[in-house]
Amino acid sequence: MPLPAEFADLERFQDWALPTEPERYAKRLASSMDEMQALYDAAMPRLEAALDHCDKYDFADLPDDVRTLMHLLQSVVMVSFPVECWSQPRVPDSGAAYLDLIAEPGF
Amino acid sequence: MPHFAKPPAGSWTEQYPDLGTAPVDYTDSIDPGFYEDERNAIFRRTWLNVGRVERIPRTGNYFTKELAAAGTSLIIVRGADKKVRAFHNVCRHRGNKLVWNDYPNEEVSGTCRQFTCKYHAWRYSLEGELTFVQQEGEFFDLDKKDFGLKEVACDVWEGFIFVNLDPQETLTEYLGDMAKGLEGYPFHEMTEVYTYKAEIGSNWKLFIDAFAEFYHAPVLHQKQATKDEADKLLGYGFEALHYQLFSPHSMISSWGGMAPPKDPSMVKPIERVLRSGLFGPWDRPDVDGLEPAQLPVGINPAKHRAWGTDSFEFFPNFTLLFWAPGWYLTYHYWPTAVDRHIFEANLYFVPPKNARERLAQELAAVTFKEYALQDANTLEATQTMIATRTVTEFPLCDQELLLRHLHKVVADKVEEYRDAAAR
Repeated sequence: MPLPAEFADLERFQDWALPTEPERYAKRLASSMDEMQALYDAAMPRLEAALDHCDKYDFADLPDDVRTLMHLLQSVVMVSFPVECWSQPRVPDSGAAYLDLIAEPGF
Repeated sequence: MPHFAKPPAGSWTEQYPDLGTAPVDYTDSIDPGFYEDERNAIFRRTWLNVGRVERIPRTGNYFTKELAAAGTSLIIVRGADKKVRAFHNVCRHRGNKLVWNDYPNEEVSGTCRQFTCKYHAWRYSLEGELTFVQQEGEFFDLDKKDFGLKEVACDVWEGFIFVNLDPQETLTEYLGDMAKGLEGYPFHEMTEVYTYKAEIGSNWKLFIDAFAEFYHAPVLHQKQATKDEADKLLGYGFEALHYQLFSPHSMISSWGGMAPPKDPSMVKPIERVLRSGLFGPWDRPDVDGLEPAQLPVGINPAKHRAWGTDSFEFFPNFTLLFWAPGWYLTYHYWPTAVDRHIFEANLYFVPPKNARERLAQELAAVTFKEYALQDANTLEATQTMIATRTVTEFPLCDQELLLRHLHKVVADKVEEYRDAAAR
């Protein structure tokens, strides 16, 4: 599903519009810092506008394109720590530890 | 120079003379014989929390719970009379596990009108009665009334479901004053849940140790904050606002000025846009009972205006943690061996009304996981080195009071059990 027309500029990051946390986390771990930086740099200035756009709709009944935008925003949250703090995809000093999110709220 | 006052005894720990101040022996976390006794002395006879009632809101909703430490598997189900019950997950015919899907050791949940055994189709009602026996005429004097599911004591406190294989006291008596002080919190409004699970290569007590003190926080988690903020926190170190033991339970109350921060430059850019972070969304949800003055008396016991978070350790393996901005989380530590356990965390928020609130919660959940991964990663390393027995006794500081207390309570319970067994 494409993004809302107003956010066509983010269309090239559509592969980040993933519906589940395990998918988003896996994509983060598999991505380079350049790839995450590109998403972050393009999306952060658009974050306020994107939130305003999503909130024009009933949250209990989001149109498909808005839902896609929300999933992309979830990925912006997912890459924010690597980009803003660590300069690496994985949290420092976490070694082989894992913590699976086995149930997350849908929308 | 302390930032927060200590009690007149001079330290939090010395208020409780039975605990002493000597180094603590951690053999309790590596000795397989001690673990076997913990299973009998604690996990087979203590009230254990297995989740919330919202997980099974309607008649026929059920989930299974694997209790390796207690040596059983349970079915938790809501009956036609709306009552929540717990049963051993075993068919009375020939002992097959009654409720499971493809893998018998994996927990499952669902909805049904009755439980039907996969093996010979014996059926049980949601209240545990045996209702159907395949080819009943082939059996000898079989009275179905005598072959209902084996029930386990089950009770509910503030929506939290507890089970106990061999109760020594009622749930209310067991939970005592610590729980009473939390009654009235709007738990039932917080139905937006994030559930995490991991298998951890350490004794169950070591992860409780890791979460029951924040002395580690400015050090282990320093790379999570902006550089200036991390340096400042490291310089301060950590001091709690308050500690209290309600033995066998205990609590720690901590400050937290980050939600919202006094100076926005203290936090990361995404936190400023989404108004959220480790302490959760900065804007308190519109639900009765969450304003500081409305909170139950047990929360923020020092009534400090810098209050940020409280952790309540319900013995043996259930943590209830409240955040000032208006949400809570739980931890469970389920032992599977002396050096292994299953860790579960659940974050509970008021359901978001819009996308902005949803993403604020998302940032809190993502942040939680990154901190927890760092916490989890130290544990296997600790377990490995304690197991060398090169060093067996460890000095615990005043900010590690809850750890000292936990290991003492466990030691006392095991000793009491061993004494009784020897008689």
